[in-house]
Amino acid sequence: MLIKTLIAGFGGQGVLSMGLNLAEAAMLEGKNVTYLPAYGAEVRGGTANCTVAISDDEIASPVASSPEFVIAMNQPSALKFQHHIQSGGLFFLNSSLVEAEIIRGDIEIVRVPANKIAEDLGSPKAANMVMLGAFTKKSGVVELSNVTEALKHILSAKKKLLEVNEKALQTGYNLF
Amino acid sequence: MTKVLMDGNSAIAEAAIRAGCQCYFGYPITPQNELTEYMALNLSRRKGCAFVQAESEVAAINMVYGASVAGARAMTSSSSPGISLKQEGISYLAACELPAVIVNMQRGGPGLGSISAAQSDYFQATRGGGHGDYRTIVLGPSSVQELADMTMRAFDLADKYKIPVIILGDGVLGQMKEPVEFKREAPTVLAVREGSLRGAKGRPSRIIKTFTSNPSELEEINWSLFRRYTLIKKEETTFETFLTEDARLVVVAFGIAARIAKGAIKNLRAEGLKVGLMRPITLWPFPDEPLKEMAKTIKQYLVFEMNMGQMLEDVQLALAGQGEVAFYGRPGGVIPNPSEVARVIARLYYQKGLK
Repeated sequence: MLIKTLIAGFGGQGVLSMGLNLAEAAMLEGKNVTYLPAYGAEVRGGTANCTVAISDDEIASPVASSPEFVIAMNQPSALKFQHHIQSGGLFFLNSSLVEAEIIRGDIEIVRVPANKIAEDLGSPKAANMVMLGAFTKKSGVVELSNVTEALKHILSAKKKLLEVNEKALQTGYNLF
Repeated sequence: MTKVLMDGNSAIAEAAIRAGCQCYFGYPITPQNELTEYMALNLSRRKGCAFVQAESEVAAINMVYGASVAGARAMTSSSSPGISLKQEGISYLAACELPAVIVNMQRGGPGLGSISAAQSDYFQATRGGGHGDYRTIVLGPSSVQELADMTMRAFDLADKYKIPVIILGDGVLGQMKEPVEFKREAPTVLAVREGSLRGAKGRPSRIIKTFTSNPSELEEINWSLFRRYTLIKKEETTFETFLTEDARLVVVAFGIAARIAKGAIKNLRAEGLKVGLMRPITLWPFPDEPLKEMAKTIKQYLVFEMNMGQMLEDVQLALAGQGEVAFYGRPGGVIPNPSEVARVIARLYYQKGLK
């Protein structure tokens, strides 16, 4: 089955890292996967997003017009992508930064106070990993062990950061 | 060999290094900058290799010309507007029968256009592009894995036929990451091509030039080029078919568009529509004979491109009136999704009463 996930937020929140981590985990599971970052003429402090497509079959297009899952790390992304999600899909909101009321009855809304949890863990920058942990548990598209494995690979040159990120990932996973 | 997750641009660069690329010359332009960046980081570290960020696209292609004259495997890359600037140099490379690899990660046009993926440089790539009577080999990849494989093939073809080879990718292929496996290790010794200019000590001097004031001599050069082009057409034409045996309608598409079409075809097959795909892999030489053969049994074709109908003309030329050719295209950098293409195919299928 083909599953497309769109991850969006401010530049600097680590939304592209989340996508990359998810894509690597899918590759480790032997799935077909594409990762496509949005590469518009972005501005500092502006929005960033990427799309990850995961499938057992070949992937026709890396672009998602109506993704199954959307992760919105900030308010503008939540407003922008709320109508793109496929019926029956999951909408992950970083409730630390998203105040918007989402009025759609055909999707499940998962609120994760990612910034608050990361701050409580003493590493505010790891909010993205808290969210990725929660996403891994609720979506079930990849195994947590593979997400962790991929994280180790991505941070292989920055080993100091591994511990806090792994902890944030696990904490997010344990939320549900 | 293990797979790594890599963007298309970086995969081309890594594949080029493994294919023995010795010299890379580039000038930045979106959406191919990762290629230049990767070369800056990795090629410049290799012994006997050179990375130069040139002052312009024109300078970069002429540096390729110089490196090729000196017998090195040389490469440049750019995107649509930058490739236009390189055309004079490509014409000179073709005239001097020099191998070179030129990557075009296409973006929307004309003019400065957009930075989104498009396929609107098909004419420019497959008709020579610059002035004069010449062709270049043009490869049309549709995945990151193919970008890597075709880069290696491009260097081999360039050397084998002493011809510039163009890899015609696009912004999506360049930017997206996919698992990729590199099928060669980088060579430890870099070969110097025979016939190159590296000093004439102990042998008569050689001249590599594109100008002659004698028309008959130039005519012979043109004939000689075209004899080789005939050979290339015979030996190197490559294409892929998917579910065409019992098809009543065949979609012809290349590159990323072929991949989108394949997704559409799979979905339509699941609903019982007898549709298939013909994907030219070498865009020049174009697989016209296989298409002609196919037209004996299949009468309805749909050409799908991310432009206003360029390969369409090659399909029409190949079919020469046999069968019927329809067209669907999205220009300017718009990337259609598989369900949109499926609707177009299905509409044509039912309109033509193929059910």
